[in-house]
Amino acid sequence: MTPNFHLWLIPMLPLVGAALNGLFGKRFSRQIVAGVALLACGAAFAMALAVAFQAGSLTLPHSELLAQWIRAGSFHADFAFYLDQLSLVMLLVVTGVGFLIHIYSVGYMWEEGGFYRFFSYLNLFMFFMLTLVLANNYLLMFIGWEGVGLASYLLIGFWFTKDSAASAGKKAFIVNRIGDFGFLIALFLMIREFGSLDFEQVFHGAGSMNPETAGAGLLTAIGLLLLVGACGKSAQIPLYVWLPDAMEGPTPVSALIHAATMVTAGVYMVARSHAIFDRAPTALMAVAVIGTLTALFAASIGVCQTDIKKVLAYSTISQLGYMFLACGVASYSAGIFHLMTHAFFKGLLFLAAGSVIHAVGGEQDMRKMGGLRKHIPWTFWTMTAATFAIAGFPPFAGFFSKDEILWQAYSSPYGSWVYWLLGLITAFITSFYMFRLWFMTFFGEYRGDAESQAHGHQPHIHESPKVMLVPLVILAVLSICGGWIGSNRFEVFLSPALAPTEAARTVEVGNLEVQFTLLSVVIAGLGLLLAWWLYHRRPQLPSQIADAMGRFYQAVLNKYYVDELYATAFVKPVIDGSIRILWRGIDQGVIDAALDNGARGAGEISDSMRRMQSGNLRSYAGWIAAGAAVVIGYMVWMGTR
Amino acid sequence: MVPLSYYLALGGILFACGVTGFLVKRNIITIFMSIELMLNGVNLSFVAFAAQWHALSGQIFVFFVMVVAAAEAAVGLAIIIAVYRTRETLNVDRVNLLKL
Amino acid sequence: MQLHLVLFVIFGVVCVAGAVNLLVQRHPINSALSLVVVMGALAAEYLLLGAEFVAAVQVIVYAGAIMVLFVFVIMLLNAGEEERTTGSRIALLFGVPGVVAGSLLIAWVLLSRFGAQAVAIGALPGPPKVIGWLLFHDFLLPFELTSILVLIAILGAVVLASHPEAQPKKER
Repeated sequence: MTPNFHLWLIPMLPLVGAALNGLFGKRFSRQIVAGVALLACGAAFAMALAVAFQAGSLTLPHSELLAQWIRAGSFHADFAFYLDQLSLVMLLVVTGVGFLIHIYSVGYMWEEGGFYRFFSYLNLFMFFMLTLVLANNYLLMFIGWEGVGLASYLLIGFWFTKDSAASAGKKAFIVNRIGDFGFLIALFLMIREFGSLDFEQVFHGAGSMNPETAGAGLLTAIGLLLLVGACGKSAQIPLYVWLPDAMEGPTPVSALIHAATMVTAGVYMVARSHAIFDRAPTALMAVAVIGTLTALFAASIGVCQTDIKKVLAYSTISQLGYMFLACGVASYSAGIFHLMTHAFFKGLLFLAAGSVIHAVGGEQDMRKMGGLRKHIPWTFWTMTAATFAIAGFPPFAGFFSKDEILWQAYSSPYGSWVYWLLGLITAFITSFYMFRLWFMTFFGEYRGDAESQAHGHQPHIHESPKVMLVPLVILAVLSICGGWIGSNRFEVFLSPALAPTEAARTVEVGNLEVQFTLLSVVIAGLGLLLAWWLYHRRPQLPSQIADAMGRFYQAVLNKYYVDELYATAFVKPVIDGSIRILWRGIDQGVIDAALDNGARGAGEISDSMRRMQSGNLRSYAGWIAAGAAVVIGYMVWMGTR
Repeated sequence: MVPLSYYLALGGILFACGVTGFLVKRNIITIFMSIELMLNGVNLSFVAFAAQWHALSGQIFVFFVMVVAAAEAAVGLAIIIAVYRTRETLNVDRVNLLKL
Repeated sequence: MQLHLVLFVIFGVVCVAGAVNLLVQRHPINSALSLVVVMGALAAEYLLLGAEFVAAVQVIVYAGAIMVLFVFVIMLLNAGEEERTTGSRIALLFGVPGVVAGSLLIAWVLLSRFGAQAVAIGALPGPPKVIGWLLFHDFLLPFELTSILVLIAILGAVVLASHPEAQPKKER
């Protein structure tokens, strides 16, 4: 008999935590709020671990039905959970990294107002994300999809009294909705074609269809629409604009949602839907193209940013582009592998950045930092590990996953050297801007807060408390060792979930692959060197170069004016249209006017009828007599008919 | 032998006069008396029909009409007295405080 | 010409004349006295139809009590001649034509249905004995109810017409 793991508990425990903290948290002390939140998330993590340990004895995929939901004619959708290797990996990543970030947040948010609200939202996010990951049909996944968008909005706008934060939350939600629209249409097409949204049924149905050759076809349409949804959630071109703004939220939020878990939902969804994408080469190519372009584009913007969190935000977009590239050349396991290692080192980068910001008292501009390595050693060393990991140096985790992606981009049947070359260039730029960040923050002289320096006393830079450092250390260890499982073993592990359309890969490493690996390490080293030269040895050079590049530099600094373009092309017309047509035209002119005129008409009618109530006895008598005559006439007429 | 319609016509004329008085007159007591006139006209019709159809209940009904008319006259005149005390007038056009 | 018809016409003319006079007179006391005349003539009409009890009651109650009450009130309030106020256009505009129309309609109906049938003089005798029998057998409930009605009317009239200042004086 298939054992019942009560998978539904894994999302439900954080939901209970969210409810408790949300409803009663105001009355709890901070310790209790933190305790509830950590307990909920920790219990989910413990359960995930337990499931993972027992997974070996299971035949996967393993489904558990919690309750019936929709039975509409021939369409079924249930609250059911699905466990296979892919969801197991995602589950461990989400709960593990999530738990570490919860611990970190206790320290980071301790002084903040709205403590209980933060943890309630955080737990709520965990609930939705786990639902997304464990769902066994697209509809339940969509609930999780939308829910993480909601949690993201709530958390980005956590300091909602600040205008920029509130706007950022709105922007995230709206841009996500655009993606969700594509996702919905894809779901509708799936229902129409396959009659169901269950993974097994959809993939079975897709599996029995022929691969579509040239562009057209239903599977291509579904694939492209799913890609739209994924672009919204995972911040790819053209729907990436919300993620840099989302840095208005507290740093743990950026770490959890915008680095490790939520933005990876798109990648997970594409990997999960591989049965569809494998049979729609055009959609697959679109995934790869968008991934590559986004990776390069975002990396180029990251070079010029001065806010430490914005650099990391663009870095996230860029790394997500890598994951999409991997999926786009049908090596889904490489994408998921990078997702996992990215969760480790990007989560660590954000948490460490939060520690840095916390240390310098809230300053986020890197130009005002420097020389911090003496003051905050723990943060420095953990961030160093993460930086080397993201740049792709062996033996750190990022090396293994990024290398695999670059290799697959070249060698996969869907790949091409163009992808590889652009990926390589992006790797160089990634290494450059990450080490730029590293040098500007931790090396050199402290440039911050000129006033206090003028007064002679050292600025009060303090290391973060242990509750924040322990997760950093754990993540640093993972960033170092996380890739040692090796991409080949990882691929074999995931193959039951992602095959059978992947061809069996050769396990031995060919000559060309070794050369590519060496090349990417060299490129990473070049990036480090360039950053060292520009930001450590000759710090006055970068501004000279910027002046020399003039307009181009300005364009990159302003993110290629994409936000402004969107504002004029889309946002302003929609707002104007809303004001003129929907508000003044329909809401005021039609709905309000109908009601107002109706009411006024009633008033006018009663005004005219009111004249009958003159208080004058004789007019009453007159009306009665007239009315009586009418009635008598009617009766006579009826009588003579 | 008088045709029934003659009696009914007489009753009708009395009723019409009563209604006209009700509409046209301005003194409230006169209006009241017009009401009594109307009732009398109706009484005549009742008795005429009773005679026509040999149903004594017509005359019984006349009896009740008169009782009610008496009660109504008593109460109505009391009201008129009360109104006169406050408004100092018997002109019904002046007693129009109940207007909207 | 039969006596019945002659008597009917005489008393009928008296009725109508009284009714018209009620309308025409300006002083309410004149109207009241005209009404008394009408009621007397009506009593005669009732007798012609054989309704003895009703005729007697008409004279005793209607002409003798109700109209006396009216005359008392007119004298009490010292109502003078009527003034000419405009007051209501509706009454004249809608009311009178309405009345006329209604009356004509009813007249037409009645004449077309009952035009030919004739009523004999004293057609249905209604001596007090028979009326009493009916009142206390078939119509007992309405009879008792009207007694209560009269009681209420008395109470109402007393309360409504009493002087408001009289109440406090009774208290010590």
